[in-house]
Amino acid sequence: MTTTPIIELRDIEKHFGPVIALNGVSFSVFPGEVHCLLGDNGAGKSTFIKTMSGVHQPTRGEILVEGRPTVLESPREAMRLGIATVYQDLAMIPLMSVTRNFWMGREPVKRFGPIKLIDFAHANRVTLEEMRKMGIQLRGPDQAVGTLSGGERQTVAIARAVHFGAKVLILDEPTSALGVRQTANVLATIARVRKQGIGVVFITHNVRHALAVGDRFTVLNRGQTLGTANKGEIDYEALQDMMAGGQELASLEEAVAEA
Amino acid sequence: MHDERLKPMSPLRKAMLRPELGAICGTFLVFVFFFLVARDTGMFSAEGVMNWGIVAAQFAIIAVGAGLLMIAGEFDLSVGSMIGFSGMVIAIVGVAWGYPIWLAILAAFALAMLIGAINGWIVVKTGLPSFIVTLASLFILRGLTIFLSISATRQTIVGGVRDAAEGDWLAPLFGGKVFGGLFVWLADIGVISTYTRGTRAGEPVVDGIPMMMVWAIGLIVFAHVLLTKTPFGNWIYASGGDAQAARYTGVPVKRVKVSMFVFTAFCATVFATCQVMEFGSAAADRGLLKEFEAIICVVIGGALLTGGYGTVIGAALGALIFGVVQQGLFFTGVESSLFRVFLGVILLLAVIMNTYTRRLITGER
Repeated sequence: MTTTPIIELRDIEKHFGPVIALNGVSFSVFPGEVHCLLGDNGAGKSTFIKTMSGVHQPTRGEILVEGRPTVLESPREAMRLGIATVYQDLAMIPLMSVTRNFWMGREPVKRFGPIKLIDFAHANRVTLEEMRKMGIQLRGPDQAVGTLSGGERQTVAIARAVHFGAKVLILDEPTSALGVRQTANVLATIARVRKQGIGVVFITHNVRHALAVGDRFTVLNRGQTLGTANKGEIDYEALQDMMAGGQELASLEEAVAEA
Repeated sequence: MHDERLKPMSPLRKAMLRPELGAICGTFLVFVFFFLVARDTGMFSAEGVMNWGIVAAQFAIIAVGAGLLMIAGEFDLSVGSMIGFSGMVIAIVGVAWGYPIWLAILAAFALAMLIGAINGWIVVKTGLPSFIVTLASLFILRGLTIFLSISATRQTIVGGVRDAAEGDWLAPLFGGKVFGGLFVWLADIGVISTYTRGTRAGEPVVDGIPMMMVWAIGLIVFAHVLLTKTPFGNWIYASGGDAQAARYTGVPVKRVKVSMFVFTAFCATVFATCQVMEFGSAAADRGLLKEFEAIICVVIGGALLTGGYGTVIGAALGALIFGVVQQGLFFTGVESSLFRVFLGVILLLAVIMNTYTRRLITGER
């Protein structure tokens, strides 16, 4: 990891009126790494990813994209720079076919004089091909997304982002609503994406999922980072403790015992 | 990653997933039924076909607009009032104020589409349900129509449009008939009958295809291609399916929705203009309940009330069923009030079936 990070955020602060949601968070992603952002509910994870994907502008702090200071004015601007976000429940439209979802907003067209029609032959072929690369066998490109499992939907959304040139892929809790087997599939997809040299920001509150694919780990607690650790430098217990705000997990166990 | 527990889908269940399947079956049943019951009443003669064909075309024109709008996730309850309003604008501008009819027609289209855009703009700006916003426009437009017609002409029915339209270049696009020669030829070779008495003796009983039908077919083809073949069509589905998800992938949801409100207003004005040209007059109470009839056609055609799912072909078949049954009951001499009973029943059946279809697709329980 000698290259410059694809995206680097330095001392990000974000205030909403009197509320300080983020209080000096630093974070970076290199090409071909999975950087896990861990945190309990309310830790500021979603504010942070929204800052990274251009939804919010930071109150203070600096964002560098491939080493250059950048202002991310909108999600569209972030997307143009190769920062793609896959939101947990907003990835796909269940009633539409996989192809229609895959190309939504960026449909390939064929021209017939002044009329522009979707090039379905091309769209279907590319969709099936990209799905196959991610290990999903579709019945057909016109299969409705609603008939896919939750894990497969996440995978379609990830494949879509990768196809459209994502350099950084921000995954917002991609495994939190999934069962064991589907989680394994999504984690495998993340590993595949990393192999293509894309930087992955994997947001989760499940330490086990993070440890399974992560290269680096950053824990967010009450709007602050408690440091970043490399793979192998930290274990399950330590991460879990940091997420709970440094409190001993034992105190949790006590609370359970008392109940 | 294929889930081996996913049951293979039977071809029947797969066919159920086509939105317009119910409408195709319905159309088939309706035709078989009336063919058996009303064959001897002249319902399937050239004249009879023209009779229910024109009614179906009327429904189709407004159903196409309502259909695209519903797929984009919104309703327009002001369609009926818009029909009354547009017709009255033509009569006031063209007859009461004495401007050329082409100018009156263009004014009606411009005003109606502007009001459609305002409806849409309010809906996307406020985030209120379009049901409420357009319910308000239903009353506002109807009241304005009556007010304008009384203050301009002291009456609620304004005639004289036919005289005013004499020799106009634009009016025949809405009031005329096409393929007259073909029908004369068909009468000559005996395929269709001719009048035997009266001033029109020797002329074919059907003397052309009314522009209402041409518009209906044109709008169906246009909307079908737009919806299924173009990027904009994909955005219509996406906006209705999940506006937030669509926005995140860069679909201009607001623009899509507003333009569908404008298109619905356009369809209502086509209807109004054809009707005014046919009757030679405008009346302030025209188009009453048309918004609901349009929505019923669309729902019979398999579209979901919640948006994101449906077809133009389905809506057109819904209009056809509507037209055939309404006029079929007339041909068979059944009490016409029963038509409303039929409507209610078929609407209920269609909605239940559509909900089932939705569950099949999304796997909800």
